[in-house]
Amino acid sequence: MMNDFNSDDVREVEVLVQGIRRITTKNWTVMEVCGGQTHAILKNGIDQLLPPTIRIVHGPGCPVCVTSMEVLDRAMEIASREDVVLCTYGDMLRVPGTKSDLARVRSQGGKIRVIHSPLDACKVASEELRLGTGRQVVLFAIGFETTAPATAMAVRAAYMQSLPNFSVLVSHVLVPPAVEAILSDPEHGIDGILAAGHVCAITGYEAYEGIAERYRTPIAVTGFSPVDILRGMLAVVTELESSKGSDSCNTRVINAYSQVVERTGNSVARRALEDVFESCDQVWRGMGTLPQSGFKLRSKYQAFDATDRFVSDFGSIDYPALATIQNPCRAAEVLKGKIRPTQCEAFGKHCTPAYPLGAPMVSNEGACAAYYHHQTRHDPDVLEG
Amino acid sequence: MTNFSFVCPVPDPLVDFVTQSHGAGGKLSQELIDKVFLPAYGNAILANKSDSGELLVPTKPGRLAMTTDSFVVRPLVFPGGDLGSLAVYGTLNDLAVQGAEPLALTAGWIIEEGFSICELRRLAQSMGDALRRCNIQVIAADTKVVERGHGDGCYLTTSGIGWIRDGVAMKADRIEPSDRILLSGTIAEHGMAVMTYRNGVEFSPPLQSDCASLWPLAEKLLAEVPSIRVMRDPTRGGIAASLNEFAEASKCCLRVWEESVPVRPQVRRACELLGIDPWVVANEGKLLVVVPKEDADQALRIMRSDPLGVDGAIIGEVDSTHPRKVIAQTRFGTHRIVPMPTGELLPRIC
Repeated sequence: MMNDFNSDDVREVEVLVQGIRRITTKNWTVMEVCGGQTHAILKNGIDQLLPPTIRIVHGPGCPVCVTSMEVLDRAMEIASREDVVLCTYGDMLRVPGTKSDLARVRSQGGKIRVIHSPLDACKVASEELRLGTGRQVVLFAIGFETTAPATAMAVRAAYMQSLPNFSVLVSHVLVPPAVEAILSDPEHGIDGILAAGHVCAITGYEAYEGIAERYRTPIAVTGFSPVDILRGMLAVVTELESSKGSDSCNTRVINAYSQVVERTGNSVARRALEDVFESCDQVWRGMGTLPQSGFKLRSKYQAFDATDRFVSDFGSIDYPALATIQNPCRAAEVLKGKIRPTQCEAFGKHCTPAYPLGAPMVSNEGACAAYYHHQTRHDPDVLEG
Repeated sequence: MTNFSFVCPVPDPLVDFVTQSHGAGGKLSQELIDKVFLPAYGNAILANKSDSGELLVPTKPGRLAMTTDSFVVRPLVFPGGDLGSLAVYGTLNDLAVQGAEPLALTAGWIIEEGFSICELRRLAQSMGDALRRCNIQVIAADTKVVERGHGDGCYLTTSGIGWIRDGVAMKADRIEPSDRILLSGTIAEHGMAVMTYRNGVEFSPPLQSDCASLWPLAEKLLAEVPSIRVMRDPTRGGIAASLNEFAEASKCCLRVWEESVPVRPQVRRACELLGIDPWVVANEGKLLVVVPKEDADQALRIMRSDPLGVDGAIIGEVDSTHPRKVIAQTRFGTHRIVPMPTGELLPRIC
């Protein structure tokens, strides 16, 4: 058979599932934060393996989904300029802003390049310079702590080469402040958290220790394979069951992904982040402004800030008001784990990956798209629908 | 008095670039045909340079099938193939899955002014090689040149005509519960080869397109397993699209065992890296076949005896539990719906 599925992980999944079933005595709600985990859970039907007493809710961990309308509109405005090439990750193309999306801007003549690494944008800038096109190259830098170090490298490279036609539209977001924001809502209803292993591989998990402590919620650092996710789940449930809801020991961060993650993270990447960025308040789509939850360029690199380089005339849109009247999309509640995608009235009817109303339906890793793509037998109404 | 010189440098029009004159029907057009296309895939019919190519219709009972496809692949040359060979195999495969033995092709080139003639010759040569390999001729051809900036190098449209013998009728609505689904080999190779190459994502060795003619395999299957319900070559949208088309047309539920769908490890890693599901990625040399349960083993044997089907597998079965749905059964025993893919494949961010 031409395949590389490893049958070991099937056995390991079985053992972990049995372990979780054996120890679970109460109802627990566990949130996985990362979109990659959401996708893996739905694609592999991990929710179907768990006892019915464990409810999985999905967090805000899809970077495309939480990128604000403001910055998206700004990216489209910049990409529409004759003299600009906008470099973006592919899954940003179809995320709707207030009026349009980048794919439509491209079809109208906007020069948009899909890249896989921020350094590609530097290459594009050098090439435009060499050809003497007079074009500016703008990197649309989105994503969590996982992609931010690569953006930092690109900014440093541009700084070192003094690339005059390169700038960055920075919209990086940080995971721990979002987790804190979710848990600070008194009605969050979440008993435990699975934290995203790749983010922790960069930043470590010290930031979570205070959060676990303050909100009396166990947090397990986990990876993305079915085995990883179930290991994290077992760790969280073990912690919850041992405390039985008392306030005594629900406060730990468990590293269930120690083959990849160290407590202090990756020092090289952290130094690069520290050098290029400082934290700032950031608007999250669906969640509003969260304090100290984003990055902006430090003054040393200010010259590469696209928001300074291209003056905007979009200032008149009242985005917070827009968010309340916009459409039947309940992405905001989905992103906070308050409802599942299938509980949104628009899901699968007015809102599909081909015609998304909200960002979580666009990205492969968005919770709505994951449900749409992999909806399982657990929700027979949709399956039969 | 200034010393004038009226020497007009005459470049060899066939060593460098395509110009508007190559498409104007005059001398340069003829030269392009004589020096590029005829050497690559000329034959007695094309050499006549008449307005239509003539073709003898088989006298045995049956029906004619026609198909057409335009090829706009970028890059023009990719690991495992190029525009020229793809345009032959793609159209032949559309005939093959209908059960049609190919009789002849046509070729329509649309070339952008300034395109390298050397590159054009290479593509035409590759087209000729593919035609010879499949023992098929181009019997009518056309070339148009568009202004610089109004095309992207070159495009190629091929149409094909084929013969379906009496008794062969490939239709997805003939699929019935208990039927088995067969796949002739590893998936996602063409799409990932092109995507990784186009985006400069390097793999060592590079991912290879699977583009190939499916007719020899299809012909064998049709001869040995006359009960075949339907065949499809899962190109754009991958096996997910073809399976959904089957489910929709038959009003049945198609259940696929995830583990049994062959994917090369390197292709799977590329898909994981870019966040793309191999089930929605294009193939250009794979056959999906639905057969009655009792003939599935026989069909698999024939498939595996062909060089194009050595990795063939029975990947699923048909039932009536969830009409019009495709359901994947994971190796953990769980299930998920496989939806019809939507739109452009967008590599993910992290």
